[in-house]
Amino acid sequence: MIEIRINGRGGQGAVTTSEILAIAAFKDGRYSQAFPHFGVERRGAPAMAFCRIDDKEIKLRTHVYTPDYIIILDPSLLNLPDTLNGLKNSGIIILNSKEKYIELEKKYKIIYVDATQIALDIIGKPIVNTAVLGALSKKTSLVSLNALKDAIKEKFSGELADKNIEVLQKVYDSTN
Amino acid sequence: MKKVIEGSHAVAEAVRLCAPKVIAAYPITPQTHIVERLSKMVADGQLDSEFLCVESEHSAMSACIGAQATGVRTYTATASQGLMLMHEMLHVASGMRLPIVINVANRSVSSPLSIWNDWLDAMAVRNSGWVQLFVESSQEALDTTIQAYKIAETIHLPVMVCIDGFYLSHTYEPVDIPDTVAGYLGDYKPKVVLDPKNPITQGMMAGPKAFQEFKEQQHRALLSAKDVIKNENREFNKKFGRIYGDGLVETYNMESADYAIISMGSVCGTIKHILDEKKISDIGLIRIKTYRPFPNKEIIDLTKNLKALGVLEKDISFGIGGALWADVKTFVDKPVSNFIGGLGGRDIQIEDIVKIFGTIRKEEENIHWVGSQLKK
Repeated sequence: MIEIRINGRGGQGAVTTSEILAIAAFKDGRYSQAFPHFGVERRGAPAMAFCRIDDKEIKLRTHVYTPDYIIILDPSLLNLPDTLNGLKNSGIIILNSKEKYIELEKKYKIIYVDATQIALDIIGKPIVNTAVLGALSKKTSLVSLNALKDAIKEKFSGELADKNIEVLQKVYDSTN
Repeated sequence: MKKVIEGSHAVAEAVRLCAPKVIAAYPITPQTHIVERLSKMVADGQLDSEFLCVESEHSAMSACIGAQATGVRTYTATASQGLMLMHEMLHVASGMRLPIVINVANRSVSSPLSIWNDWLDAMAVRNSGWVQLFVESSQEALDTTIQAYKIAETIHLPVMVCIDGFYLSHTYEPVDIPDTVAGYLGDYKPKVVLDPKNPITQGMMAGPKAFQEFKEQQHRALLSAKDVIKNENREFNKKFGRIYGDGLVETYNMESADYAIISMGSVCGTIKHILDEKKISDIGLIRIKTYRPFPNKEIIDLTKNLKALGVLEKDISFGIGGALWADVKTFVDKPVSNFIGGLGGRDIQIEDIVKIFGTIRKEEENIHWVGSQLKK
């Protein structure tokens, strides 16, 4: 079973990230589960969501404590002591950042994506959830690009779906 | 069609398929997504129903009572303080023998204020004469909500389907949504209806010569729900290919067990996961799906060869212990430890349950607060 935690700030789309990922993983033929760490919701406050992916039915319903992946939607969250809590030694960080974090790279594999700029360019808002998933799909075997596109179409409609798919494709193509 | 959807939306799909003519609800966390989705379905023309956005939960249940008495299927959903405000009318609904269906997205009760999950709300209304069903997954939430209408309309009593707030209501997971419930759930055919052309009185006053018999009949009707629930569990399986134990209880890993943990709801999934992953053979799970009427005969039969039991529950009946524990103790004459945990949304973790297993094996009888930070 693969466990993923998404750390973001209220309004960035952490919960939606986990939901799109779970929908897409199921479209790839695997079992999945996504759920929010529900707090008192405020824009800008740290927010968390979880996702599990497995080849068999997922019965476990605890929060995710030792993730295999942590998706960080806002690099300033790295200043908080709990952001990397529980990440497995072989764990991977998907980080929305222009800057490189050399010290952290000594300990963990980091996949960088400048999601904020791409989201601003295409959607016009700093909602970075689909962008980070493009990088995740390109650099890992966790979820396919086509399944993510289908999941976005299921979650959003019309222009919003089209723009999010454009973001996804752009990040996928530009990540190396 | 099988797809990944939110537990709340799975419940809304079940309600859409059962097509109640009147939905009366007031939004409250964590129930909100259920009624939000139903409201959208009505507005989009996917569900031919009158959606009453009432001013309180007391009114929600009152509206359902009035509508149901005229001979139509009704629905509401609530949680926590909403269920508390509705409590008075829950007794009226069951006393009038109206087969109303409610989903409760279980949440704690103030004070202190908590928006998070436990069973304090549902347990506080366990004497209101409703059938109370607790489910483990979103799929079971959908399936049980459909069965609830069949059960309610067969025994003329209201049914409450409890889903853990957030753990189920806000979780996305794969759910198979039936295309139709035709062939399983027919049209609602009430025996007695309020009709201006043929006036009758319902829910009137009963003097000391009559009142007690009303209550005795209600008790008999609720006990008769056991056979109906078991039958609907089988009938549902024939039509949709999904079954949950015998409808009253579900067992897991009990084949060679000396001990059992008894619990309800979504935490049972975590227990099953641990039993599988750690390949435990001496402990099994008895998941109570039907809490009221209480499956006393099943509990006696399932535990007769066991050495000791543990009851894990997210509630406290102040001054005695866990409500479920007290119920189990009424029928089981062997050591039963009580584990009260998960109150106000505290996550019951793998380590907590492993520790509980160790305590059950000691064959003692105590009340334990899971992860208590207080001095003894």
